[in-house]
Amino acid sequence: MSPQEVNYLTAGHTLRSWFFTTDHKRVAILFSATITMFFFIGGGAATLMRLELATPQGDLVSSDVYNRLFSMHGIVMVWFFLIPSIPTTLGNFMVPLMIGARDLAFPRLNLTSWYLFVFGGAVTLYAIFIGGIDTGWTFYTPFSTMYSNGHVILAAVGVFITGFSSILTGLNFIVTIHRLRAPGLTWYRLPIFIWSLYATSVILVLATPVLAITLLLISLERFFGIGIFDPKLGGDPLLFQHLFWFYSHPAVYIMILPGMGVVSELVTCFSRKTLFGYKFVAWASMAIAVIGFFVWGHHMFVSGQSVFAGLVFSFMSFMVAVPSAIKVFNWTATLHKGWVSYDAPMLYALAFIGLFTIGGLTGLFLACLAFDVFVTDTYFVVAHFHYIMVGGMVTAYFGGLHYWWPKIIGRMYPEYWARAAAILIFFGFNMTFFPQFVLGVLGMPRRYHTYDPTLQVWNVLSSAGASILAIAYLLPLFYLGWSVFWGQRAGPNPWNATGLEWQTWSPPPKHNFPESPRVHRGPYVYTPEAVAVPQNA
Amino acid sequence: MHEAQPAFQYATLEQQHDAAQLGMWTFLATEVLFFGGLFVAYFVYRFGYPADFAEAGRHTKIVIGALNTAILLSSSFLVAWAVTAAKLDFGRLAAGLLVGATLLGAFFLALKGYEYVQEFRERLVPGVNFQFEAPHARGAILFFIFYFAATGLHALHVGIGLVILLAIASRARQGAYSICYHAPITVAGLYWHFVDVVWVFLFALIYLVGRSGA
Repeated sequence: MSPQEVNYLTAGHTLRSWFFTTDHKRVAILFSATITMFFFIGGGAATLMRLELATPQGDLVSSDVYNRLFSMHGIVMVWFFLIPSIPTTLGNFMVPLMIGARDLAFPRLNLTSWYLFVFGGAVTLYAIFIGGIDTGWTFYTPFSTMYSNGHVILAAVGVFITGFSSILTGLNFIVTIHRLRAPGLTWYRLPIFIWSLYATSVILVLATPVLAITLLLISLERFFGIGIFDPKLGGDPLLFQHLFWFYSHPAVYIMILPGMGVVSELVTCFSRKTLFGYKFVAWASMAIAVIGFFVWGHHMFVSGQSVFAGLVFSFMSFMVAVPSAIKVFNWTATLHKGWVSYDAPMLYALAFIGLFTIGGLTGLFLACLAFDVFVTDTYFVVAHFHYIMVGGMVTAYFGGLHYWWPKIIGRMYPEYWARAAAILIFFGFNMTFFPQFVLGVLGMPRRYHTYDPTLQVWNVLSSAGASILAIAYLLPLFYLGWSVFWGQRAGPNPWNATGLEWQTWSPPPKHNFPESPRVHRGPYVYTPEAVAVPQNA
Repeated sequence: MHEAQPAFQYATLEQQHDAAQLGMWTFLATEVLFFGGLFVAYFVYRFGYPADFAEAGRHTKIVIGALNTAILLSSSFLVAWAVTAAKLDFGRLAAGLLVGATLLGAFFLALKGYEYVQEFRERLVPGVNFQFEAPHARGAILFFIFYFAATGLHALHVGIGLVILLAIASRARQGAYSICYHAPITVAGLYWHFVDVVWVFLFALIYLVGRSGA
């Protein structure tokens, strides 16, 4: 039998062979189908919002519907797309392949994680379709518990269930990376993608339970009408904000660290050079994960927390920029004197570096107490975190998807379409979100469906950019779908890269490697003539 | 059964055991943060309403609480004994000890339920029928919200633990575990000890506050 006939895709064709699979590669495919659906649901809400904001008056939707739209957009995009995006798809597929293992440590737990995700997603979607919620994705109390007339409990339960999916994925990665590395694969020979997923998993495991208990408490408060966080009844709404951001700020790093890992892989592969400062990049991921736990108070500078707390959180927020900057400088230094080629994955990687830098630097503005007070709850904040989450993470996700596509499907994507989409995304993104920095400084508050007519020009620019972005995000759906059937067949190693995942067939066989690899060197070894030296050679 | 083979993704049984243990420890880290969030809320409100919390604490049933502490600690001892016995191939002894631990756990839940009924009669259940003397009511209701949330979640963990212990006991009885293969019973033991440790903290926070000193 030729290799193509016995790979993981052809190992079974029944529905049962997919829905009861424990193969990490198939679970990754299940996850990617699910999060793609959520991506377009969340994107649909964003489209309606940008349409509404094309004019200063509230002429498309009422303020109440608008509230429900941005809440749905936030909840769906954060918990059902961004947090699972790279870990559950590219991570699930690549972690065992990149460390030379036959599967994750707990394959059945991995499938359980997908079912929990689908179940939590279904509950949340149900809450959205029977009327939605108007609290924003942050569920601030006492509004969410006492005054909101949306389906808060149902949505909270959905997110709660999904949280367990995150925890199980993180747990699986931690154990797998500790215990299932191939012989010879020491920690300092691990690809940076693995390091960054390890750091992500630590956050998933340690932060998500705090969100779980917080959601449980607001559900109890709303259901029984008791005042856990309601000042009228003796509770403290600031306590809710502390608990919520103790999870949700580290969650921001769940939404960027995997992207940084992908970009580290792309930059070395398409520069034909070893990564500059490998150990610094590796430990920067861990530093971000650790420091990220101590900066949550910068979401609360205007909430009435003590000035001293504000100072400490401001300082820590500056600190977390240091490892992030180390990464950006090291990627740039890797490009220096490299044999850079501009294939689609590299275009995404370069876009990531630029957009992440803008997002990161504006994050420093927001870490300054005085400036933050000036732009709190304005579009400046919206623009900042979209530069990180969309400009950063979504771009990295597309970059990784194109890079590993030949490994996952066994066929190449159409290069020129992919480059066109990458360029379109870059311009569409900047056109959508750069005007929002200006709007924020001009004083336009977020979460309103009407605004002062003098701000219309910037809003029209942003909405126009969003239409380009929407098309650019739809494009890969078509040409990647096309390539599944008609793409040119890819060999085992179309990019001539060094990692273990490229040393097996494309698509890989059911248990990944015909025989278990033995590792002899670090992840990014290239000869001076830019020839890749595989890790197991 | 004695010649257990490692699952396909592991090279050796030892590697599989290490993975199972690390998995449980990681899960317990998650659990610590889960209960930790509740404990933070407790400390914030105890700091805000020290007199109310002391007064509310004096309304808890310390005899039942102390008895339950003894019961859970004893069950943990039986589980530790069972794990050692299973490793030494005393499968039937291990099964008996685990059933004993399960019975103690069930007794714990029964006493806890009886305690809840008492508190319901004394109108101490927030959101249902809470009534408390005027000067301390504001903080006391927060105390009892924490009390029911924390002990309720803990009881849920005990319940899940009972199912696990029984399942492991039946496997132990069939002689499934030995010095070479004992990951499931070791990991189940870890979980049970954790449930026990959480209770030790809850006991101090719930029953002893307000009863120290004067």
